[in-house]
Amino acid sequence: MMSLTLRIWRQRDRTQKGKMVTYHVTDVSPDMSFLEMLDVLNEKLILDGDDPVAFDHDCREGICGSCGLMINGIAHGPEQATVCQLHMRSFKDGDVLDIEPWRSGGFPVVKDLAVDRSAFDRIISAGGFISVPTGTAPDAHAVPVPKKDADAAFDAATCIGCGACVAACPNGSAMLFTAAKVAHLGLLPQGQPERDARVLKMVGQQDAEDFGGCSNIGECSAVCPKGISMETISRLNHDLLGALRAGAVPTS
Amino acid sequence: MCEEAYRDPVATVTTQPGQRRAPKTGRFNNSVVKKTVMAVSGIIMILYLIAHMIGNLKAFQGPEKFNSYSGWIRTIGEPALPAQTTLWIIRLVLLAAVVLHFWAAISLWRQARRARPVPYATKKRVQQSFASRTVRWGGLILALFIIWHILDLTLGAVNPEGHDSTPYERLVASFSNIPVTAFYVVSMLLLGLHLRHGIFAATQTLGQTNKKRERAVNGLAYVIATVLTVGFLLVPLSVAFGLID
Amino acid sequence: MPLELFTVGEPIADTKAPRDVPIKDRWNERRFRARLVNPANRRRLSVIVVGTGLAGGSAAATLAEMGYRVKNFWFQDSPRRAHSVAAQGGINAAKNYRNDGDSVHRLFYDTVKGGDFRSREDNVHRLAEVSTAIIDQCVAQGVPFAREYGGLLDNRSFGGAQVSRTFYARGQTGQQLLYGAYQALERQIGLGNVEQHPRTEMLDLIVVDGRARGIVVRHLITGEITSHMADVVVLASGGYSNVFYLSTNAKGSNVTAAWRAHKRGALFANPCYTQIHPTCIPVSGDYQSKLTLMSESLRNDGRVWVPKERGDTRDPREIPEDERDYYLERIYPAFGNLVPRDIASRQAKNVCDEGRGVGPNGLGVYLDFSDAIQRLGKKAIEAKYGNLFDMYNRITGEDAYETGMRIYPAVHYTMGGLWVDYDLQSTIPGLFVIGEANFSDHGANRLGASALMQGLADGYFVLPNTINDYLADGPFPKVDATHPAVVEAEQGVRAQTEKLLSINGTRTVASFHRELGKLMWDLCGMERSEESLRKALDRIPEIRQEFWTNVKVSGEQGIFNQNLEHAGRVADFIELAELMCVDALHRNESCGGHFRAESQTPEGEALRDDENFAYVAAWEYTPEGVPPVLHREALEYEYVHLAQRSYK
Ligand SMILES: Cc1cc2nc3c(=O)[nH]c(=O)nc-3n(C[C@H](O)[C@H](O)[C@H](O)COP(=O)(O)OP(=O)(O)OC[C@H]3O[C@@H](n4cnc5c(N)ncnc54)[C@H](O)[C@@H]3O)c2cc1C
Ligand code: HEM
Ligand code: HEM
Ligand code: SF4
Ligand code: F3S
Ligand code: FES
Repeated sequence: MMSLTLRIWRQRDRTQKGKMVTYHVTDVSPDMSFLEMLDVLNEKLILDGDDPVAFDHDCREGICGSCGLMINGIAHGPEQATVCQLHMRSFKDGDVLDIEPWRSGGFPVVKDLAVDRSAFDRIISAGGFISVPTGTAPDAHAVPVPKKDADAAFDAATCIGCGACVAACPNGSAMLFTAAKVAHLGLLPQGQPERDARVLKMVGQQDAEDFGGCSNIGECSAVCPKGISMETISRLNHDLLGALRAGAVPTS
Repeated sequence: MCEEAYRDPVATVTTQPGQRRAPKTGRFNNSVVKKTVMAVSGIIMILYLIAHMIGNLKAFQGPEKFNSYSGWIRTIGEPALPAQTTLWIIRLVLLAAVVLHFWAAISLWRQARRARPVPYATKKRVQQSFASRTVRWGGLILALFIIWHILDLTLGAVNPEGHDSTPYERLVASFSNIPVTAFYVVSMLLLGLHLRHGIFAATQTLGQTNKKRERAVNGLAYVIATVLTVGFLLVPLSVAFGLID
Repeated sequence: MPLELFTVGEPIADTKAPRDVPIKDRWNERRFRARLVNPANRRRLSVIVVGTGLAGGSAAATLAEMGYRVKNFWFQDSPRRAHSVAAQGGINAAKNYRNDGDSVHRLFYDTVKGGDFRSREDNVHRLAEVSTAIIDQCVAQGVPFAREYGGLLDNRSFGGAQVSRTFYARGQTGQQLLYGAYQALERQIGLGNVEQHPRTEMLDLIVVDGRARGIVVRHLITGEITSHMADVVVLASGGYSNVFYLSTNAKGSNVTAAWRAHKRGALFANPCYTQIHPTCIPVSGDYQSKLTLMSESLRNDGRVWVPKERGDTRDPREIPEDERDYYLERIYPAFGNLVPRDIASRQAKNVCDEGRGVGPNGLGVYLDFSDAIQRLGKKAIEAKYGNLFDMYNRITGEDAYETGMRIYPAVHYTMGGLWVDYDLQSTIPGLFVIGEANFSDHGANRLGASALMQGLADGYFVLPNTINDYLADGPFPKVDATHPAVVEAEQGVRAQTEKLLSINGTRTVASFHRELGKLMWDLCGMERSEESLRKALDRIPEIRQEFWTNVKVSGEQGIFNQNLEHAGRVADFIELAELMCVDALHRNESCGGHFRAESQTPEGEALRDDENFAYVAAWEYTPEGVPPVLHREALEYEYVHLAQRSYK
């Protein structure tokens, strides 16, 4: 069993100022997940009549992308996995942990550790899709896709939209998230007709959402729980330049 | 409730406070376009620097060779072209490159500052290299360097030998001064770091990296950065240590 | 059966499937007979869709594409986070790409049999028919299904099927399918055809003049309680496994939307049919907040065993071959490790009950890959299951390539849900229910890889066809905020919220949820008996009573208050739990996921009682203290002959 000191960012809502508040938790089992450790803290706070710490979470198995905390300055903490998949055996008895929300102009704080990531949805909404209304599809075997491309598209498509890339990027850039979708759809034959328009609209939206530009620093990929590679950003750049050469006009 | 919606045939999109800004339009607001401008202008500067470094190394062959080289760049193309045409073309291209590079850098820097209005209490780096963290300040110091450097060695305005000296005299005069040499040395080290990150970054920005090439690109970045840094440092250090006079 | 438990009401029946034509023509015929809505009129008709999972997301996108005005509600921040995202294994479709004898009829047959003959033939047949179009649609959307070197789609056999009809995207099929629907939905949002309401929880259904006309919601961040009206309401709010507290569902998964509709008159069918998934990571301590599924596909290469001796605590690697009991291979030589879920789960429970379970608390069995690794090489196993092995390692800290996995069954899926007819309409006109939230296609047990199929069938292809028939009568008279039904519903929601916040007792919401969950698992879980269920029915009302007098909910109404959200959901789970136990107790037979200790064959297999229980139990809500009313829908089998399920 371990005891820890937690310094947690508390902020009532988007409009108010926040600050770091210190808590102590004891009887932490190394097999607990990080969020279970916070559950224990919250039950104690509730019984003491205090306001429990708000944090987003849902699936608790690393796939929904809801959870996300900055733990001692690293997005999702010391393992390259989501915080719900981070277990307390990664820490030592007596550790002091700073726990903060994702910080970005594009991710306003909702409360405490929960932030508003709807900007991501708007980036997808701007062009992260293939326009195929239900019922218009040809047989699934009509277009073969080389396995290499299918696998690479899948690798990019595994992005869970957690936002750790933005949180970690010194520029607060969402380029890895945007690139993951651009690469996923751009690698498939089905994605070709809208390829130029897609990349321009999506980058335009990412720029309009108060995210920074990418300067190829690579923090994003290093903390990404799905290991989305920097290569996707190169693909995005490549596609965007290709679109410009083809005469498209940027929308941002 | 619904009443309003019934009158209006197009559904409205409910947004949370402060959301969905209309994207600004225009070719040069796109962050990737800006980055491309940086990459292209950066590469132009690199090409110039390679040539420039080779030219500088002529200092080891003595004042005549060096000065005649300086004269040569002013007369390329003669007599077909008026004197200094090529030089001015180079100058204009370089000026444009520096200005665009600088503009894009500042504009992206400002975008990045807006993107993180509240800083972290604790922030560690996981992957980020020293080179990538110093591009911005390093670049800014390089900008100051370039201004100083032109005032010093081209115009001679800040050079002890004044503006009516030969390039070789200015060179020797400048680097016989310890603080000036120190400033050059620091600037060249920063240039090395800038290029170490910049060459990789430019390849990535132009969409030319992938997992397989990653090592090769990084290797190339190291080699070019090192060659340029060492090549440029040789002359000032040789002057400072009296190997050239 | 003592009468005080429930009363029997009028039987019900589906009247929409055209029974006068052969089963393979019924869906076509239904689409032909259903009225259409002129495209120009569709913009004047509005649809509320609650949920953005495979069912809700696909429905909202498709209805918007058709031209209806859609209002979409969900409780997570983004539609991409609906729990469908967690499905790992795959999705079935009768494509017969493998030329291994698959067909629509076989998928239909397998599903009816797999559901232990407690599902409606018409619905299942339609599901099998539509399955192929789903794959086409998803591929066109860019879903990166696994492919072979020739560039064509790969298939695998899944969950005991003898044909390879499962399409998959590594271990993340649900995620990729959901993103396909999400992207289609985001496209419609961008076009202004869908009004989005993220972080909004449905807390009541508004019924006006006998028709579902709207919902009351609470915005989870501002706490604002508002009503939204439309011509029709579609619920796609997922399953209720979280009544067990520990399940493979997401923390937020709830029964609230369905339950409140039930309280407004929608019948709730087969609530006791729950599926226990055999391969989950065992519980490690009291703090445990949810269980993690290890994809069933692991059983294709892993062998399940326990030590022959009780209390054998040796390292598994040190237990010699002849001291291991590969009990599934022993009992079911034909199917071996690939028996259906209910059977694999119950056998795991049996060996643990015998004291032969492994792991810290004896609740676990080994899933061993050493044979497969020897045969195929570690690389091959890594390529197939790498992400699952990593996940296992992260959670347990153990290396499964070395030691194998420890697994134990966990609640995973709920076959029960709101009763719907062939058109997917509930007993409240204008309330349609799709996906896991309805009861429709899986009978008493769902086969692997068929929930994704059902969710997308409902959302992309079935509902968008059947809903027109209802909307052809619209637009319905407008209802405004001052309508008494709206005022009453909103007031009810406000009163409940205020009540929860005012009790200020001494026990946390989570402690009630844990207690309820443990009770349901012990008494109404993998095996149920009259005795256990009666015990549960004695205790649940006490929990309910204590909850409403002694719960402590922190914070206020007007802010982001996750504790308050949880409290409302637990209140509904408590009521649901009671109905589940009543249903389980009244169904004095074993079938599929419902195993009654009293009803088993001499070998310990589930024993159905077709004479008395070949029906859907659809329950009508009654206020506290009044026994619920049972409406039976008789099940007839014209095409699949009733038979005892056997996997020996
Ligand atoms: C771990 C796991 C693995 C699985 N693997 C497979 C598999 O391999 N193959 C297979 O076929 N099936 C699988 N299943 C089952 C399958 O994933 C689900 O049955 C299916 O995805 C349910 O989809 P749905 O759209 O009905 O609901 P969900 O995806 O659960 O979506 C529910 C939606 O309703 C919303 N909602 C819920 N309540 C409210 C409310 N009160 N107010 C507002 N909104 C609300 C939520 O926000 C969400 O958007 C798996 C399930 C789990 C848990
Ligand atoms: C005028 C002074 C300079 C400033 C202020 C400056 C600044 C910067 C900055 C901030 C970056 C990273 C920006 C980003 O990617 O967001 C950068 C990149 C780069 N710089 Fe400079 N720099 C300067 C001079 C130079 C010089 C002299 C060279 C070449 C010899 C150069 C070559 C590069 C290259 C190749 C890149 C990579 C472009 C990319 O990111 O794609 N820079 N510079
Ligand atoms: C320390 C190493 C360097 C030395 C010794 C050096 C030397 C010189 C000399 C002697 C000149 C004058 C040439 C002439 O007038 O004929 C010159 C010009 C110039 N140098 Fe350098 N230089 C160095 C590094 C750099 C660097 C790093 C840059 C750019 C980042 C640079 C950019 C220039 C430019 C732009 C000119 C003006 C060219 C013109 O317009 O004529 N120099 N340099
Ligand atoms: S790219 Fe990685 S870090 Fe960024 S949102 Fe996607 S999964 Fe998260
Ligand atoms: S860390 Fe940031 S700068 Fe680019 S490479 Fe990643 S987005
Ligand atoms: S809670 Fe779903 S990824 Fe962590």
